[in-house]
Amino acid sequence: MQKSDADQPILQVEGLRRYFDVSAPWLNRVLEGKDRSIVRAVDGVSFEIKRGETFSLVGESGCGKSTVARLIVGLYGPTAGSIRFEGTDIGPSAERARHPDLQARMQMIFQDPYASLNPRWRVGDIIAEPIRFRKLLKDEKQIAQRVGELLSQVGLSPLDARKYPHEFSGGQRQRVSIARALAGEPEFLVCDEPTSALDVSVQAQILNLMKDLQRRLGLTYLFISHNLAVVYHVSDKVGVMYLGRLVEWADKKILFQRPLHPYTRMLLDAIPDLDMTGRQRTPVAGEVPSPLNPPSGCSFHPRCPFANERCKSEIPAVRAVEGGAVACHAVEEGRLPPWKIQAAA
Amino acid sequence: MSQLLEVNHLRVEFPTRRGTLVAVDDVSLHIDAGEVLGVVGESGAGKSMTGAAIIGLLEPPGRIAGGEILLEGRRIDNLPYAAMRAIRGRQIGAIFQDPLTSLNPLYKVGDQLVETILTHLPLSLADAKARAVQLLEDVGIPSPGERVNHYPHQFSGGMRQRVVIALALAAEPKLIIADEPTTALDVSIQAQIISLLKRLCHEKGTAVMLVTHDMGVIAETADRVAVMYAGRIAEIGPVQDVIKRPKHPYTVGLMGAIPSMGMDVERLTQIDGSMPRLNAIPKGCAFNPRCPVVFDRCLVERPDPMPAGNGLAACWRVMQGAEHAEV
Amino acid sequence: MMLPLARTIEFWRRAADSDIFFSFTRSWLVVASAIVTALFFICAFGASFIAPHNPFDLATLQLSDAFLPPFWEEGGTTKYLLGTDDQGRDVLSTIMYGSRTSLIVGFLAVAFAMVLGIGLGLLAGYVGGAIDSIIMRVADVQLTFPAILIALLVDGVSRALLGAQGHAEAQELVLIIAIGLSYWVQYARTVRGSVLVEKNKEYVQAARVIGMPAALIVLRHVLPNVMGPVMVIATINLALAIITEATLSFLGVGLPPTEPSLGTMINTGQQFLFSGEWWITIFPGAALAILVLAVNLLGDWLRDALNPKLR
Repeated sequence: MQKSDADQPILQVEGLRRYFDVSAPWLNRVLEGKDRSIVRAVDGVSFEIKRGETFSLVGESGCGKSTVARLIVGLYGPTAGSIRFEGTDIGPSAERARHPDLQARMQMIFQDPYASLNPRWRVGDIIAEPIRFRKLLKDEKQIAQRVGELLSQVGLSPLDARKYPHEFSGGQRQRVSIARALAGEPEFLVCDEPTSALDVSVQAQILNLMKDLQRRLGLTYLFISHNLAVVYHVSDKVGVMYLGRLVEWADKKILFQRPLHPYTRMLLDAIPDLDMTGRQRTPVAGEVPSPLNPPSGCSFHPRCPFANERCKSEIPAVRAVEGGAVACHAVEEGRLPPWKIQAAA
Repeated sequence: MSQLLEVNHLRVEFPTRRGTLVAVDDVSLHIDAGEVLGVVGESGAGKSMTGAAIIGLLEPPGRIAGGEILLEGRRIDNLPYAAMRAIRGRQIGAIFQDPLTSLNPLYKVGDQLVETILTHLPLSLADAKARAVQLLEDVGIPSPGERVNHYPHQFSGGMRQRVVIALALAAEPKLIIADEPTTALDVSIQAQIISLLKRLCHEKGTAVMLVTHDMGVIAETADRVAVMYAGRIAEIGPVQDVIKRPKHPYTVGLMGAIPSMGMDVERLTQIDGSMPRLNAIPKGCAFNPRCPVVFDRCLVERPDPMPAGNGLAACWRVMQGAEHAEV
Repeated sequence: MMLPLARTIEFWRRAADSDIFFSFTRSWLVVASAIVTALFFICAFGASFIAPHNPFDLATLQLSDAFLPPFWEEGGTTKYLLGTDDQGRDVLSTIMYGSRTSLIVGFLAVAFAMVLGIGLGLLAGYVGGAIDSIIMRVADVQLTFPAILIALLVDGVSRALLGAQGHAEAQELVLIIAIGLSYWVQYARTVRGSVLVEKNKEYVQAARVIGMPAALIVLRHVLPNVMGPVMVIATINLALAIITEATLSFLGVGLPPTEPSLGTMINTGQQFLFSGEWWITIFPGAALAILVLAVNLLGDWLRDALNPKLR
């Protein structure tokens, strides 16, 4: 494989921002004397994904990871920042509309297998939708054959094309969802919590399937999840989000063995211990603050054991470190204790 | 008898027009005083239904069709509604997945606590109020004196679940049924709630039946664990044994399917297929179509839990003497 | 590929096996309503074959036959089972023809209201913003007037625009538009609400990621999934539309006595009610009541059958 091609990022996200106006209606604001309220769901996120790798975004609910996913596939338009896909900025809706060829090369897999398939369509029609819409194949016979191939590819029977979504279990529906995503022959898949609604044994099937497909079709994944163990299993690189910002990203091994940001450490600490080593989870004080009214400075400072005055006032910049980058004053100042060596790692 | 709760051959049925669905089939288990029994299983395994049957909150048309439930040796599965209601809250507390639906949004949390306390304990109003504040403090809610006057929506998700725990503990029940108490919460909050639940139950000697799909939660909380599959108990035993040395091929597969940190594998162990729907449970062992070590007996005869290691496993392989199945 | 016949057979097999059909057969009241409604349809639309007389054929009308009572009353004859009116028309036959007019006006009015309401509801729900606000505020304002007032208003306006002659010719169309305009709000509100739910579902988002334009998504994905509640409203509205038409005709702004609907018949008959010829108004009235009741019961059942919470 040529080095230049492999190292070329397929997606570059730069300073991505998305604000939502959640103010009360104008009349209520005037009568009740309230200000506009803006949620900064995504507030300056930058990362890039190389061709063929899996980049994961983790974080707790409300951290903005799903919003990033939806910004990238164009379900939302960004407030600011650029989304370069194969070198072309397709952030603004007008630009995206000008490049249907680029849009066609990305697809999305959703979280809820019960809501992501139109209940009134046959599975065959659901999978054929991208083929028909983009006129990849004209002949109905060819389409039926292709749908059959796709169904076999995701481990279902070609005969399932005639069934309706409600005849399938959650895991099987997620397979249909993947088949639909593959029907448009994409190179880049955005997977928004694809297994969090599934049982563990089914989750294993889906994760295995996704890995097989990646190897076979050379797919690139952006994987959104709150489950660190799943992320550890699937990713090459991992980014950690907190209140709309990317606080740390690194190669998977580095991030899990030597987490720098206190929030990343907290997340790792909170993972239940299945190996029964007797390690107790370290419960972290406090909860995620409301994104409507985020703390000043580093938004993690109220929960951070290492916070000082600077953390309360100054937003830390993202600084490159070996194998990744981190946004933390304590790391920059070198006042962070080393991460304890874990028995498991 | 140290057995606080005893469930014998419990069977829960759902009559539908296409025939009767058996959601829980011949489940026997017991919980000792002060013990935490984990009940794991995938959706539809019947784990929540077992919990609901014990506290007498099965949704109609679901009904207990067989077996018995004994609380301190006294049958409670056939009690009239009013008698069961007196037991709920006083003897058996409940914590559900969604803290929002467990609390009445129209009443202050303090009033809900006081009401529960007065219903079950012979206290004066003032004492009950003091106890409500004490309970909120016990579950780690800051400035409980003020917080009793707040409404549920003024609490965050994690704090709300703390209130629900306080409510469940209000009358000092001997047993708490906790159905997916942490599923709706973020991991960092999950850890807080689990350690809180463990600490309180240990302090007060409360037994817990912890129903969840999350093996991780079970691993760090439970003393013993029951693994359910298609309405039956596949394996039950001390948590160390079940997790580290599972006997039933389903448990083996389940443990292998959980991705874990530091485990560098390209592929996860995968149990093909999915759990049968309740209207299509196979003959013989319900796990037989997915079992990697299935043999002819599994296809025709249904195994009952039988001694395996320190626990019980419902598997003919176990009886054959094959120390846990090769997968 | 399936043969059309096999497809049809499969469709009916599925229908017979469905929960809706099951809940249908469970209640005798619903089955009875369905049978009554079906009978009305057969009598109304087969009136030219079934009805014993043609009340519009002036040649067969004889004034000497006027005011004959039903056959079981003294002076009644089995030739006119339910008696005759002031013009000597057979009441039973007139009811059949009248039901036809009532049903046609009702159906078309509901269809008009549905198309208008669904279209505006989809637009408001999917596009949102200012368009949504404008449509829904207009709907709010209209809801403050009783439907019958709106219909009277439309009728008056059309009378002024078309003149008496033109108005009489287009009377049926005017009625349909008048009734349709007074009932579109309910559809628009329901559809808008459903659209707001459906458009955030992931299958709609999946279609957007494919790059499908909004109009196509609305037609292919959203519309079929909001039709359930719309059909319920349509059924209940059919009864309302029939009543509204009857009310308008009773008030004299509806269909003329030469082309009677049930409402017109009640209107003509009521002047004889106290002179002893009760059958002229009571029978059409009873027919109207039974038809509306049956359709309403069907609508109620459909609402319950489609509501997963009540199942």
